[in-house]
Amino acid sequence: MTAAPLANAGALARYRMMRRIRSFEERVGELFLKGGSAGSMLHLSIGEEAVVGLTDAMRDGDSFTTHHRGHGVFLGRGGDPNRMMAEIAGKEDGYCRGKGGSMHIADRALGHLGANAIVGGGIPHVVGAGLTYRNRGTGQISVAFFGDGAMSQGILYESMNMAALWRLPVIFCCINNQYGMGTRVDRSAGARDFPARAAAFGLAAARADGAQVEAVHDAARDLVAGAREGRPGFLEIDAYRFFGHARMDKSPYRTPEEEAEGRLRDPVATARARLLAEGQAAAPDLDRIDAEAGAEMDAALAHALATPPPPLSTMFQDVYAPGTPAPRPQAARLAAILAEELRA
Amino acid sequence: MTDTTYREAIRQALLDGMEADRSVILMGEEVGLYGGAYGVTKGLIDLFGADRVIDTPISEPAIIGAAIGAAMTGLRPVAELMYVDFAGMAMDQIANQAAKSRYMFGGQIGVPMVLRTQGGTGRSAAAQHSQSLEAWVMHTPGLRLVMPATVNDAYHLLRGAMEQPDPVVVIEHKGLYTLKGALDTARPDAPWGQPATRRAGRDLVILTYSRMLHESLAAAERLAAAGVEAEVIDLRCLNPLDEGPLVDAVRRTGRAMVVTEAVVTGSVASELAAKLGELCFDWLEEPILRLGGEDIPIPVSPALERGSIPSADLIHDTALWLVTRKAPSWAA
Ligand SMILES: Cc1ncc(C[n+]2csc(CCOP(=O)(O)OP(=O)(O)O)c2C)c(N)n1
Ligand SMILES: [Mg+2]
Repeated sequence: MTAAPLANAGALARYRMMRRIRSFEERVGELFLKGGSAGSMLHLSIGEEAVVGLTDAMRDGDSFTTHHRGHGVFLGRGGDPNRMMAEIAGKEDGYCRGKGGSMHIADRALGHLGANAIVGGGIPHVVGAGLTYRNRGTGQISVAFFGDGAMSQGILYESMNMAALWRLPVIFCCINNQYGMGTRVDRSAGARDFPARAAAFGLAAARADGAQVEAVHDAARDLVAGAREGRPGFLEIDAYRFFGHARMDKSPYRTPEEEAEGRLRDPVATARARLLAEGQAAAPDLDRIDAEAGAEMDAALAHALATPPPPLSTMFQDVYAPGTPAPRPQAARLAAILAEELRA
Repeated sequence: MTDTTYREAIRQALLDGMEADRSVILMGEEVGLYGGAYGVTKGLIDLFGADRVIDTPISEPAIIGAAIGAAMTGLRPVAELMYVDFAGMAMDQIANQAAKSRYMFGGQIGVPMVLRTQGGTGRSAAAQHSQSLEAWVMHTPGLRLVMPATVNDAYHLLRGAMEQPDPVVVIEHKGLYTLKGALDTARPDAPWGQPATRRAGRDLVILTYSRMLHESLAAAERLAAAGVEAEVIDLRCLNPLDEGPLVDAVRRTGRAMVVTEAVVTGSVASELAAKLGELCFDWLEEPILRLGGEDIPIPVSPALERGSIPSADLIHDTALWLVTRKAPSWAA
């Protein structure tokens, strides 16, 4: 797929966003190395930044769910790096008060209905969101972001069928980074034409080159416009996972040669080269954007390290809605039994 | 007898089981080339080939379902669910299919398969990767359930599971894979199906399993220093449960607590406390206490996660009170 000539402001804004995502993910890696992350189940979206082509085609009020590798998607939808990084560190002023962590960031205000650590777990929620928007005639859409691994989950097909059947304003976006953990797509899929699967369910389906954010954006614009009219869509972003599955994974199951080749498909570098080649930006401008993104994410990292963890008592909050008595702490239950017995 | 790890002992059991019986196959996500999410199956694909060590797509219901069909027709599958939490995806195959075939079909069709999985807290893996869901399994007649706490049991309970005529769920603990200990492949800690007494004591009995065995033993050590002798019994095989030795111990000491990591409400601990309460009522000096995880999803923040499950301190304090009536500071 060849991309249309760059629409200047949009293309530059998308470059900036991709650079912010790259810088953010690099700082997540640093947070882990500094021992500041809550655990090691941190899935970086480096190499997948062209998802910005779709997040940028959405608008305020649209909602979405993501998989466990969702930092980039959320930044693309306006996520606050400070609160994201704080959540990844398990801190109280993180998006989820340190309850969810990297794999469960959500922000209702920005339409983020939740990142999910169950492969495929968040996909059907956009069907429900689509129902809400259809029934209320709001003009909003909802987008499910997931990996190639979820192409093996039955729930995706159940969800696509419902979306097509009910003509819902929904998009299914498969970020195909070629791997589910150590399993390359050719070892998990009997037939690899993912858009063809979606088309068979009655969806408008496309594949875009994940090295070219503008190609993704072109495909996404059409799908988003269709979805708003009640024609659900499917978009495969063909990308490469630059690093290991999570922080502990050194990817021994793939060759350095393959990795080197995969990393040539770099959406950030590609966009930069293109902006320069087409004279849409000068190197110093792009350098400034890069430096600003780096400084912004340095600050997010520093914030995450400095801000306090949640007090122990908060663990009982939010199991149920406010107004419902919180679960009784174990120590209180034991103390009550004990008091009763001592009286006896 | 060799010193090894819990992880290695499980791997050895799979290896020995596959060598002993050509019908044994492994299937699951990342069990082959990757060697298992926790490294348990490392290298087995090289030894046994891709027909017997099968990497599957991320399709939990079909992984378990295919294992069921293979078991019905002559193979002995050891299917892996990478995290017990993913039972949420596959519960129909586990509870409605595997568990019920023998019974529904009038005894004609057994499902001799093993479902290996792991659970528990300890890695800040958050609410969908840290649960202790043994109660889901125990609540389903037709399933057998074992949960190894020691290196030797990691080997023997799995070997035993591979010889059972019915589906066995083996729930390992993600926090135990690096546990070191002695493995004697010729001698299990106790016969299949029976609990093991890990420490003898006259003052009270602590019933536990999986990782909480180690917290309980640490607490018992400190209790001994305070003059309180706690007996610690490792259940090992939770269903069907051999309750005889448990009843004996509770009647002998008159005091008991059940210590687990799972949320207490609706738990294995609740079941045990009820069962032993019924059988030992006249012998009890104090109510049987349940110590477990708080009734909350597992939070990601490390301190909160740690604080949501019993500690050796909590076990110690509670046991001390049960025996001496000395109230702990947190109960004042
Ligand atoms: C239901 C379920 N099965 C398995 C896993 C374990 N797991 C976590 S991520 C992952 C690979 C997912 O691959 P993909 O969907 O392509 O996403 P990626 O990690 O490549 O972004 C697996 C198998 C899980 N979290 N949930
Ligand atoms: Mg993938």
